[in-house]
Amino acid sequence: MTDAPTRPIKVLIAKPGLDGHDRGAKVLARGLRDEGFEVIYTGLRQTPEMIVSAALQEDVDVVGLSILSGAHMTLLPKITAGLREQGLDDVLVTAGGIIPDDDIPALEQAGVSRVFGPGTTIREVGDFIRANVHRREE
Amino acid sequence: MTDSSTGTDATLAERARSGDRRALARLLTEVENRTRKGEEALRALYPLAGGAHLVGITGAPGSGKSTLVASLVSEARKRDAPGAPRPVAVIAVDPSSPITGGAILGDRVRMQIHASDRDVFIRSMASRGHGGGLATATVAAAAVLDASGFPLILIETVGTGQSEVEVAAIADTTLVVQAPEMGDEVQAIKAGLLEVADIVVVNKSDRPGADRTAAQLRAMLTVGAQHDRAAAAAGSPRPKRPEVMLASALTGAGVPALLAALDRRAAARAGNATDEAALKRAEAQLSGILAERLRARLNDAAHRQSTQATLRRIARHDLDPYSGADELLAGLSGSDLA
Repeated sequence: MTDAPTRPIKVLIAKPGLDGHDRGAKVLARGLRDEGFEVIYTGLRQTPEMIVSAALQEDVDVVGLSILSGAHMTLLPKITAGLREQGLDDVLVTAGGIIPDDDIPALEQAGVSRVFGPGTTIREVGDFIRANVHRREE
Repeated sequence: MTDSSTGTDATLAERARSGDRRALARLLTEVENRTRKGEEALRALYPLAGGAHLVGITGAPGSGKSTLVASLVSEARKRDAPGAPRPVAVIAVDPSSPITGGAILGDRVRMQIHASDRDVFIRSMASRGHGGGLATATVAAAAVLDASGFPLILIETVGTGQSEVEVAAIADTTLVVQAPEMGDEVQAIKAGLLEVADIVVVNKSDRPGADRTAAQLRAMLTVGAQHDRAAAAAGSPRPKRPEVMLASALTGAGVPALLAALDRRAAARAGNATDEAALKRAEAQLSGILAERLRARLNDAAHRQSTQATLRRIARHDLDPYSGADELLAGLSGSDLA
């Protein structure tokens, strides 16, 4: 069989809110594919409920949120709270996009493990995920 | 082995059956990773499955499979549709990279309108090196969803070419999705994908050329009644004679008729004592598991050395692969195969 000895890490890439700029999310999805991750891409204009539901059904290890609209302080805490509510507190949550440094401590407080700013390389994201993902016992 | 969020093996299966979507998702992961836990859950759940209608949806990349699946889900979830609203599950397979093992699973993009509907469960699967348009664990995942109370399960394959026909071996009904203007009558008489269709859907019927494509497919796929009679009399295999239907996932035209056609097939199957699709699915599962078990035996501590030695002799052309296989089989004792 061609099965890898360890299963690939599953990552959900989602764009919450109303901005329609998904180039970054798509480039990241593609890059993480090349890093060996299984990437589920949900597309644009997702509500927090849709993102939580997709994370639950797909049983992902990581949720990566791309947001450029400025609504991150409203939307991201709703998503992390929704994940916790569904018992998905072992899912690693990261964010990227245009997020001012001043907002990062509050987002981390809300359960976002890492905020990646412009200029981040795919490799950095991949390394962060590999180092911090919570793997379940098989 | 257990943690607080998943509980024990038995309760994971039980919780999935009682409607716990989180438990269902976790169980599907175990099954997908082909863990012992997953295998044990399947042993418990398999006797409880078998009632769902498994519909395979296949066709070329970009023919509109995911959008059509989303439309079928919408139709099945409508209050006024016959037999609806009923829970629907979707398994959407996309290819894994043969180089890195990574994958982009993008079928959800078309289906996210159903994300907050509790009675729609969508699960993406990477093919993980399995050919044929599915993943190794797809049929097992379908059994878990079946036992968990989903009477309609839509299985979307990877975008296929002309001969990825495996889905027909595991589905009760196979839809082959075609887009208009994708080939002439010669394409329609080639062997392969179109031959395994129970229903051919000419999708994007809002586009020009759809009627013509459907007419061409009908003309080519429905000929041969005389041949069928002769084949039936001789007991030789007969090609399927698929229905050709038009649909537009964009406008919704033709989707109610398509779901109705699926339901007619499900009803016919329910009253059928010798269910050929179920037999074929049993065979596909059994042969896959037997091959896997045999491979595991041949590579266990007791046999690894002789297996490796045989492989080297075949590589050097000192031994032909048929004789090698016979030798290895003869080397397994009865208890090994038990």
